[in-house]
Formats: sequence, C-alpha cells, structure tokens
Amino acid sequence: MRRRSPWLCACALAAYAFLYIPLVIVVVYSFNDSRLNAEWVGFTLDWYRKLFQNDEMLTAAGNSLLIGLTASVVSTVLGTMAGMAMYRYKLRLLPLLVLTPIAIPEILMGVSLLIFFVMLNITLGLVSVALAHIAFCIGFVAIVVRARLAGMDESLVEAARDCGASPWQTFRYVTLPLIMPGVIAGALMAFTLSIDDFVITFFTAGAGTVTLPLQIYSMIKIAVTPEVNAVSTLLMLLTLLLIVVASRLSPNLLRSDQETAP
Amino acid sequence: MPARASGRLNKWLVSGPPLVYLLVFFAIPTLIMAFASFRTPGEFGGLAPLYDESGKLDLNVESYTRFFSETVYAQVFVKSVGYALVTTLACLLLAYPLAALIAKSPKKYRDLLLLLVILPFWSNFLIRIYAWMIILGPNAALARGVNGALAWFGAQPVPLLFSSFAVLVCLVYVHLPFMVLPLYANLEKHDQALLDAAQDLGANAWQRFWRITFPLSLPGVYAGAALVFIPALGIFAIPDILGGPNDTLIGNLIKQQFLETRDWPFGSVLSIVLTAAALALAGLAAWIGRRQTGGGGAARA
Repeated sequence: MRRRSPWLCACALAAYAFLYIPLVIVVVYSFNDSRLNAEWVGFTLDWYRKLFQNDEMLTAAGNSLLIGLTASVVSTVLGTMAGMAMYRYKLRLLPLLVLTPIAIPEILMGVSLLIFFVMLNITLGLVSVALAHIAFCIGFVAIVVRARLAGMDESLVEAARDCGASPWQTFRYVTLPLIMPGVIAGALMAFTLSIDDFVITFFTAGAGTVTLPLQIYSMIKIAVTPEVNAVSTLLMLLTLLLIVVASRLSPNLLRSDQETAP
Repeated sequence: MPARASGRLNKWLVSGPPLVYLLVFFAIPTLIMAFASFRTPGEFGGLAPLYDESGKLDLNVESYTRFFSETVYAQVFVKSVGYALVTTLACLLLAYPLAALIAKSPKKYRDLLLLLVILPFWSNFLIRIYAWMIILGPNAALARGVNGALAWFGAQPVPLLFSSFAVLVCLVYVHLPFMVLPLYANLEKHDQALLDAAQDLGANAWQRFWRITFPLSLPGVYAGAALVFIPALGIFAIPDILGGPNDTLIGNLIKQQFLETRDWPFGSVLSIVLTAAALALAGLAAWIGRRQTGGGGAARA
C-alpha cells in the first residue's frame, strides 16, 4: 500500500533466496542417484533406504528422541515456573540466570558443564546431555510463557481469588488453561532445540554417546554423502513441522528472539 | 501476617525450582570454570589435584600469563573479532532491506514473511553448515563456474570450500535472522507521518532514509548487532567444518584445549576472556539501546 521501491523488493527477494536455496539443495540432492552432491543424475530413494539400515544412525536417532523428550518435559515445567515468577514478581537473579545462557556463546555453557560433570564424576552420556539441554531450554520456555501471561487478562485471576480459590486452584483452573498454548509452544520449542543442539551436546556427550547432530558431524567430517542429505531432510521436516505448530499456538514466538536481546 | 507469609511462600515455590536448577547447572559450572582457570593442568590432561604433594594449595595465574604473553592467542582473538565484525556488517546490509520490506508490507502478510525469515534458523545448525559444503564444493557448479572464469583470465583456480570465504558466507547465513528480527520490530513502529512531512518539505528518498529512518532505527541496529556479534564471536563449528588451516578462531582454540590438548586451565582462561567480551558487549548494547530510546523519545516529545 505504501511506496515500495522495486530496488527494495529485489534486495528482499535476494535475501530470501540466500536463506532458502542452501536448504533446498540439501533436500533435492537427498533424492539424487549419485554419490557426489554435484549435479542432478536421477531420482532415487536409496539414500533413505540406506539410512534405515544404518544401525549407528538409528541408535543416534533413538538417543536424540529420548533426550529431547526428557529435556522438553522437565524444561517446560521449570521454564513455565520461571516465566510465571518473572511475570509476577520483581526478581533480579532469576531473569539473569534465565536469559544469560541464551545471550552468551553456546560453547561457554558446553565447556563449563564439561568441567562440572567430570569434577562431580558424573559419567558423560545420555544423563549429562539431558541435564545440559534442560539448562538451556528453560530460558526459551520462560520467554514464551511470560509473553503469553503478559497477554492474559489479569482480572480473571483476581476474580478467581475473590471467589475463594486457593493460589493452586487459581493456577490449575484459570491461569494454566489460559497459558496452555504458550506452554505447549514452549515445549515444542524445547524439544526442537534439544534435538537440534550440536555445540553443547558435543562437549557433554563423552565418547560413547551419539545423537543425530553428533552423527551428522562425524559423517560430514569424513565425506559429503547423500545419506547426510537424507537424514538432514527428515530432521528438517520434523523440526519445521514442530515450529510451525508452535508458532500457530503462540504468535509471540516470532518475537521471542528479540526479547532475549541484552 | 499469614497472607503475606503465604505470598512469600508462593513466590519461592514458583521461582525456587528453576532458580536452583540454573544455579546448579549454569551459575556454579561457570564459577567452577573461572576457578579452574587458576589451577594447574593435570599430568594426563584435565586438572592437577588442588593440593600438591606438599599439601599446598596449588593456585596460580600461569595460564593468564601465557595468554597475555604469547601473541599468537591475541592474534586469534583479533581475528575472531574481525570475522564477527564482518559478519555483523554483512548481516546488517542484507537484513535492512528485508526488514524494511516486511515492515512496509500489508499487515496480513507480515507474520508470514517474518516466519519465512525465522524458519531456516530452526533447521539444524549443522545442516545449514553442510549445505554450504555442497554449494562451495570443488565439483559443484559454483566452483566450476568461478574457476572456469579465472582460467579464462589466466588466473590460478581458487578453492571455495575450506577457506575464509566459506567461513564468512556461512557465518552470515546462520546469523541473518538475528539481525532481521530486531530491525523489523523497530522499523514496524516508525511513524509514516514523519516521512510524509519530510517529503512535503522536499527531502528525496535518500535524504528521508538517511536523516529520518536510519537514525530512528539505530536501537534496532544495535540490538541486532549484539545478537549477531556475540554468538559469531564464539562460533567453533563453522570454521571447524568449512575453514582452512588459517581459520582457527577463539572457539576452535577453546575446543582444542578441552578435547584435544586437554589443558583445561588454559581452555578456561580462553573461555573467561570470551565470556567477559560477550558480557561487556551485551551490556554496552543494552546501555546504548536505553540511551537511544530515551534520547529519541525526548527529541520527539
């Protein structure tokens, strides 16, 4: 409706192309009947078939799912509490602890947790990875829940309290149902973050435990093979689906990143 | 006062569990790392016992001395800052038109256009790096085209993959959404009347942009710059996968110290320096942001 220069449109179009062409190439080559990811030869589903016969890959996928489910359940509970506390009370320490892990480079959390787990003689593996994932997911859930609370009509809570509801009843029957879309969006987001995480997992997984991103890393360090394209395509499909659902549930999700701005 | 006591109880019941979790799994590990930077590396990697054979507390600043006395580490740090700066500027140049276009689009399309910017960010980090391995690979069309053109001019072929170029392109690619979001959030709020007034007074398109839109968007620019610069400073996977031998950044150095050389005290020193840099920058961005919004509001009032 406003003046929109063709120059601006061309720039924006180029930026969208820059964002999407690499991902499209990964997907297209996953169906390519050639070992080299260099030119289109013909259509095949072989790389997907190989994927499901690859035991290492299946173990990694199982580990990723297990960690993702655990991390998202625990971090959703803790993150919802943190979001509520940050919305309701004037706190200094909690917001700092919730937001800093998101603001600093991931590698710092990875290495400090590595030292921590080794010092406490906690074996590096599924448990240490899940504990680490919970720590960085809490902040994202808290931000989504707090945004949802900010859009809630506070008088509903007051009405419940006036009618004699206990704080727990108020939460269980008024607040929770109202913020539920935000909570679910936060849980989906936490699951996605956990299943996608490479850096923190890399430092806290130890030698014996493999997740999907770690498996992809060790494969691409050796060679570029279309099997990586196939697993990437499936993983992208899963996470994009989750995020689209989450952003439907919580439109604020789109703006969640800038709230983490320091 | 039972009411107030139960209010305080509720506050602790709600904020306590996440607080304890983050203290245990974020704050304490960070403090332990800070402490580890003053310890001696173990004989077989990791950390030496806190008390040496004679029972003396073994704390020293040797790892810090090493960091500040050998120029090679300062060089890596400067290089990391350089890469992060170039990434931030390139992201700004790419993100600005995109954010402006989304902000000017009809309201019903804005969320969709914004979602399209964010979706790639939610695809796996490694996949996004891997995509550039394919695009820049020696057998791919791009490399063949570029090197064909170079050969035509009689120049030596250049490898696109495993180079600083590959690292920078991927850094920009991965961080672009972080710049678009705050810029959009800022540009969306601009008052069209200001631009109309400027036009009525005879300002051309460039003047309207440079004298009005851009200064007003500075808080968004600073927020975006912080969101891009800080994670870009600590990146290790991109140079690890796409970089050549000269693309060792601070993140790679940290990874090396913890997983290969296993000199934990020195790795901790590097991490502490990186943390300090990240927090200082985040604080600076927040401070400038507050000043800008405060100053801007006063000017408009």
